[in-house]
This record gives sequence, structure tokens and C-alpha cells, in this order.
Amino acid sequence: MLGKLSWAAIPLDQPIPLFAGALVGALIVFVLAWVTLKGWMPYLWREWITSVDHKRIGIMYILLAMVMLLRGFTDAIMMRSQQALAFQSEGYLPPDHYDQIFSAHGTLMIFFVAMPFVIGLMNFVMPLQLGIRDVAFPTLNSVSLWLTATGALLINVSLLVGEFARTGWLPYPPLSELTYSPGVGVDYYLWSLQISGVGTLLTGVNFVTTILKLHAPGMTYMRMPMFCWTALASNLLIVAAFPVLTATLAMLLLDRYLGFHFFTDTGGGNVMMFMNLIWAWGHPEVYILILPAFGVFSEVFATFSGKPLFGYRSMVMATMAICVLSFTVWLHHFFTMGAGADVNAIFGIASMIIAVPTGVKVFNWLFTMYGGRVVYSVPILWSLGFMVTFLIGGMTGVLLAVPPADFLLHNSLFLVAHFHNVIIGGVLFGAFAGYNYWFPKAFGFRLHEGLGKAAFWCWILGFYLAFMPLYVLGLMGMTRRMQHYDVPEWRPWLLIAAGGAVVILVGIILQIVQIAVSIRQRDQLRDTTGDPWNGRSLEWATASPPPAFNFAVLPRVEGRDAYWSIKQRALRQARLGDEPAYTEIEMPRNSPTGFACAFFATFMGFALIWSIWWLAILAGVGALATFVVFAWRDRVEYVIPADTVASIDRANRSARSATLAQPGIAP
Amino acid sequence: MSAFQAAAGPDREVEHEQNVATHAAGGLVSKRIIVGYGFWIFLLSDIIMFSAFFATYAVLVGNTAGGPRGSQLFDLHDTAVETACLLLSSFTCGLASIGARMHDGRWFYGAMAATFVLGVGFIGIEVHEFASLVARGAGPTRSAFLSAFFTLVGCHGLHVTAGLLWLLTMIAQVFAKGYRPDILRRVLCFSLFWHTLDIIWVALFTVVYLMGAGQ
Repeated sequence: MLGKLSWAAIPLDQPIPLFAGALVGALIVFVLAWVTLKGWMPYLWREWITSVDHKRIGIMYILLAMVMLLRGFTDAIMMRSQQALAFQSEGYLPPDHYDQIFSAHGTLMIFFVAMPFVIGLMNFVMPLQLGIRDVAFPTLNSVSLWLTATGALLINVSLLVGEFARTGWLPYPPLSELTYSPGVGVDYYLWSLQISGVGTLLTGVNFVTTILKLHAPGMTYMRMPMFCWTALASNLLIVAAFPVLTATLAMLLLDRYLGFHFFTDTGGGNVMMFMNLIWAWGHPEVYILILPAFGVFSEVFATFSGKPLFGYRSMVMATMAICVLSFTVWLHHFFTMGAGADVNAIFGIASMIIAVPTGVKVFNWLFTMYGGRVVYSVPILWSLGFMVTFLIGGMTGVLLAVPPADFLLHNSLFLVAHFHNVIIGGVLFGAFAGYNYWFPKAFGFRLHEGLGKAAFWCWILGFYLAFMPLYVLGLMGMTRRMQHYDVPEWRPWLLIAAGGAVVILVGIILQIVQIAVSIRQRDQLRDTTGDPWNGRSLEWATASPPPAFNFAVLPRVEGRDAYWSIKQRALRQARLGDEPAYTEIEMPRNSPTGFACAFFATFMGFALIWSIWWLAILAGVGALATFVVFAWRDRVEYVIPADTVASIDRANRSARSATLAQPGIAP
Repeated sequence: MSAFQAAAGPDREVEHEQNVATHAAGGLVSKRIIVGYGFWIFLLSDIIMFSAFFATYAVLVGNTAGGPRGSQLFDLHDTAVETACLLLSSFTCGLASIGARMHDGRWFYGAMAATFVLGVGFIGIEVHEFASLVARGAGPTRSAFLSAFFTLVGCHGLHVTAGLLWLLTMIAQVFAKGYRPDILRRVLCFSLFWHTLDIIWVALFTVVYLMGAGQ
């Protein structure tokens, strides 16, 4: 009846996961109870859960990323403390549990922190920057969000019911095959990634269509803000790479569930084929993450330097070059496979070439600041921190791209230091820069500046303390994923690294305090005009937070930095443009389709993990029925009357006019 | 936002083809273009997924683990009939699109029914082939080659099955709702999907069956 599921699945003998799982469960129950008692449930359902508004979906993505960051960071600090303690001893985490922690840490941080964060930012910002009212397929967008949430939920369920994979963040066979991993851990990994992967793929399809097909009048490709270009490149990579991940994980599932022989030691299976396939997705994946971050930095450097982005065309070229080249370097993840000197040399050189467009970007950002009046606000601090940190990460990457060096450094802590160097220093810093930069646009008030700066300094200091020692340890020969060790020379460096993790923890706490304080002081931090940073692109042309329809009248774009020219004209003439003729606006209706789909997908995933076949079939039929019901609806849009549009837009216009009257302040 | 929804009064059925935004190159873009374009992007991603299975098949085709090779298993006669079914169904699917565009029920339902019958014929032959292979001890667990074969061909077969379910849904939708613009957009997507399965089958027939029979 319940497949493999029994009471033995609850880890009653392991206090740490049991306690953590119970805590998370209690927290969820508490939040649900609180929301229900306060009577907020109908509001949440109407305005958020069923929302197809790209702005709200973006905010929910980022919320998911932040919650999962806390979970992933908890794993990180457990690993650092284990390694600090486990010198000539067992530490406090048994190997079985330690292996699950590093696997969950990587999986969560890449798939459920970095991915939702950048997708959330793209969701929120990109349609506003293009001057349009929503993405191409709003309901599909909601489906994507909730399927991603299903994946995150399933991974967290594994804390309390069963176990998680012990195979690392990429489940290399033959270890991940049924013979060596008979438990449900790998199945949790596979199904949560398959389900959230569908969501990500649909996001890619949706956003590529949006960026290539939907624009405000006059918004030609070469006038699009840099962030939209990087979003385009990133989503093209999603469309091209995620199907490979789906296929690869499907093959591993077939091996595990039906006894196929794709990656097995027996029956003619080919283990190294898994490495090739998974990295054919995996390397583009890192560019899927970093390119939108590059876009954020491009916006931030231009805005806070008060100058247009330097070398816009070269930036576009560099972005698209990275987009293509990212598919030509996957083999550098396993030079030690033994493919031979020629193959390794080709991929080594390709890996070094991809550093060139990235270098172009760094110089462009530097020249953007050069001669500008740089305002050292929180977003640009993250961006400057990125520039220094990412440069170091990039250079160690080029070092690892040299095959002979890689033979020595493969799977060492040097590698771990390198990819944290680029992912924390690049993706996460970019996400935080974007979060501080666009927060006022999303909520109508700025984040507290002082606490933001304090959080930044803790993060960057903590980062260097936590990861520079890992470079040293890697060169000293310490391999990754060690549960305990006996080399006394390693100990001091691991203690420093653990200290660094604690400093990062302080940074995270400061970020939580920053939100709380900013909400309390929101009236002082209020952004009344919709343009708190003297911005350049169209998202600053509308109110903060933007109305559901984004723009009362689609803006007419006459050049790059579309809003900047509108603003300069208003400043010259000391008045806003004439009030437009308002017309009614049709917007897509909210739909519970996404949530219903994810609801059934969660049960289907859980049922497949535990081999509860009847439930899997039932949930599959439910998901199909959801689509048919969605297809059957007759009213897909609702109309906002011209009067409502006018009254909303006039409020924002009068706020901007008031600012215009004050000398020396931009509207 | 339901606040606006409430203010908007009774919802209006949007029946006309409306232009939702402008294209980067200038001019207006209709919903039909956007939906068709988006679905093409999805189809490209689907083709990439198949390419992963094709690549896997190419790597594993010689790994028979002492089991049978393709030339000992494939019946080109049956697969030729299969191919004919699918190619013909693409033709009838095209007729159905024209019927839908002309709002001509006889053409639309007739051609869709023919497409369905031909699709079921295709799936029937495939299921028969799979069953006979398993019965002869040449199931997917026999060797890596057969794992790759069953996955590649089976993945295409699953797509055709999903297409058949979609086809029935489209017949029901047109029957219940008529030739509304949103329904016609779905008919467009369905026909794109069906033709893509044809393209994939041509590659599959060549790489798996024709090249396999010579080995």
C-alpha cells in the first residue's frame, strides 16, 4: 500500500536530522497557523499564491531562495565545524550523515538558492525594463514557480522522512546506482530535480519568447538594458542545457528503477558517459547563474556612477560569446578521465578563451566608473566586492584549466575554494546587489543603508576567511568531502575557515535585521517617486511598487537608457511630458493552475520516491486534469477601466512633478 | 490583482486577436505569433533532449554485452509500415489545420480522426515490437545497447502517446468551444508538435533502424 515507506523511514536514532526536521516542521505549522488565525489566508491565496503577475512571482522566487539559503548555510556551518573538530577524531557528524549534508548543501545552493534568486530577479525586473506589462505566458510562469517550490519541498522532506543522497551534488555513478546506493536518498535528489527542472525549462521558454518578441515601442534589441541581454543569454542556455539534464537524470532513474544499463558497471554501461552528459548541462549552468549577475552589475555600475554603461556593444558581444562558448568547455570538469592530451588541450584552451569575454566585461565596468561620480551605496559595494573577489576566482579558474595543474588539484579543496570564489563572489554578490537595488521598486521603500553596509563587510570578510584557507589546504593535498583527517598541518587553516563561516553567519543575521528594521522604518525610507537611485532604465519610469499593469501607457523608447532621456527632457523643460490619453488595460486573470500542478507534482514525486505506484498514477492524472481544466476556462483576462488607470498614474505623476519643482533633484 | 478585478466589473470575454506589444524590429505582434514562437522554443528544447538520447544511443550501440545486435532484432518491414503511418498522419494533421483555419468541421474532425487512427496504428506496431523483443529475451535490461534503444524509441513513443491525448482534447475543445482564437492557437501548437515528432522519427528511423539493420 505504501511502497517502501514505513516507520523505519523516520530517523529516530539520529538526533540531528530529527531535531532539524521537527524544527522546520514546527516552523511551517506555526507560520500556517499564524496566517490562518490572522485571517490572511484568503488574501495570500488571492493575491500571491494564484498570482500570475511577474512581479509577485519574482518576489516569491526570491523569498524561496532566501529561505533555502538559510537551510543551505546551516549545512555549510555544520560541515565547517565538523572539519574544525574532526582532527584525529570522529567529530560530531557520523560519515553517513556528513555525506548527506555536503550533498544537500550543494544541491540546495545551486538549484534552490542561486537559481530561484536569479530567476526571481529576471522575473521582477526584465518585463519592467522592456517596458511591457507581463511575460509572454503569465500562467506558465506561475507553474514554473510552484514546480520549483515542489523540488525544494521534496528535498526538505528528506530530512525527516527517509534520507538524502550521499553522492555529492552531482550523483556520479556507479556510486549513485542501486547497487551502491540502495536507499531512497538518490531518488529524492533525482525526482526533486526532475520536477523543478521542468519548471526551470518552462521559465527559459517563457523568458526567451518574452525578450525576443515583447517590447515597448522603439525598444530595439540594441536598446535593451544590459540586464535584459544577460537574461536572454541565460535563458537561451536554460532552453539548450536543461533538456540534457532531464535526459541524463531520466537515464539514471531508468537504471535505478527498471534495471537499465546506461551507467552501470555491468551490461555494457558506460560510467564516464554520465560525467560527459551531466557536465554538458553543468557547465552552461554556471553561466546561467552568473550571466544575470553580470547584468545586475552592469545596471548598478551605470546607475551609481551616473554614466551610461561603457562599451555597451562589446558587453552584448561578450555576453553572447560566453553564451556560445559555455557549451565548449564541459570536459575540464574531468581532465583526469584520461581522454588523452589532445582532447584535454582543446578543452583547456577553450576554458581559457572563455575568460576573455569576462575580462572585457570587467574592463567595461571599470571604465563605466572612471570619470563618474560614484555613489558608494550598498548595491555598488556588493558590485565592487564582486569585482575583486570574482577576479581572484576567475584566475584560479584559469589555473585549473591547465590540464597538468588540474591533475594535481582535481577534487582538492583548491577546487572547492575556486567555485565558491566565483559562485559566492559572483552569483550571490550579484543577487544581493540586485536585491538591495530593486527592493525599493518592489516594495516602495529602501533597505536600511547602514545595516546593509555592515552585512556586506561581514560577508566579504567572512568569505575571505572561510575560503582563502581552502586554497592553501588544496595545495597541501587535502581532498574535498573529508569527514575526518589526521594531518596536523591542516588544522589551523580549517579553524580559520570555520571562523570565516561564523563571520558570514553574522552577515546573514545582519541581513535579517536589515529587513526587520527597514520594514519598521519604512516611512522614513519611503520611495515616493519611483526613482530612488536616479536610475536610467524603464523600471524607474513607473511607481514603486509598480501597479499591476506596470505602465499606464507603454513608454515610447527613443534610445539606450530609455528612462534617462525621458527624465532629462523633463528636467530641461521643468515639467513632465503631457498627460497621456488613458485607455482600459486587459490583464491576465489569476489562476490556481500553477499551485494545483505543484500540489499534484509533490505527491507524484513523493510517491515515485517511495514506490507508491497507485498514488503516483493518481497524482499524474490530477496534474493532467489540472491542465485540461485550465484549457477549458473561457475568461482569461480582466479589464482595468481607464479611470482606474488614470487615477493610479496621476498619483505617481504628481509625486514626480513635486520632485521636479525642487531644484537639483531628479524626478 | 483582485482589487482591480473587482473594480473592473463583469469580466469580458476576449474574443478578438489582439496585439499585445510591439516587436523589436517594429510592427505589432499578435498572440498567435507569440504562442507559436514560444512553442517553437519549447520544441527546440525537446529536440535537444532527444539529441542527448541519440548521443547516448550512438555511444552504447556497440555495447551489446554478448546479447543481440540491431541487425538480429530489427524488422524493417514493420518499421516501414510504422513510418508510413506516421508520415501519413502528418499529412492528415496538416489537413486538420487547414480545416480548422477554414472553420470547416467536416475537414477538421475527419482529418483529426484519421490522424488519431494512424497515430494509434503507429503506437500499436511499436508496442508489438517492444513486446516481441522482451519475449525473445531482448528487453532493455539485457544490455546497454538495448537500454539505449528502448529509451530513445520509447521516448518518441511516449511523445506520440501524449500527442494522441492532446489530439483528443483538441477535438473536444473545438467541439465544445468552437473555433475561438485561443483554441486555434492550440491547434497550431498541436500540429507543430505532431510534425516535430515526424522529424524526430525520420532521424530515428535512419539512425536506429536503417543503420542498425546493416550492422
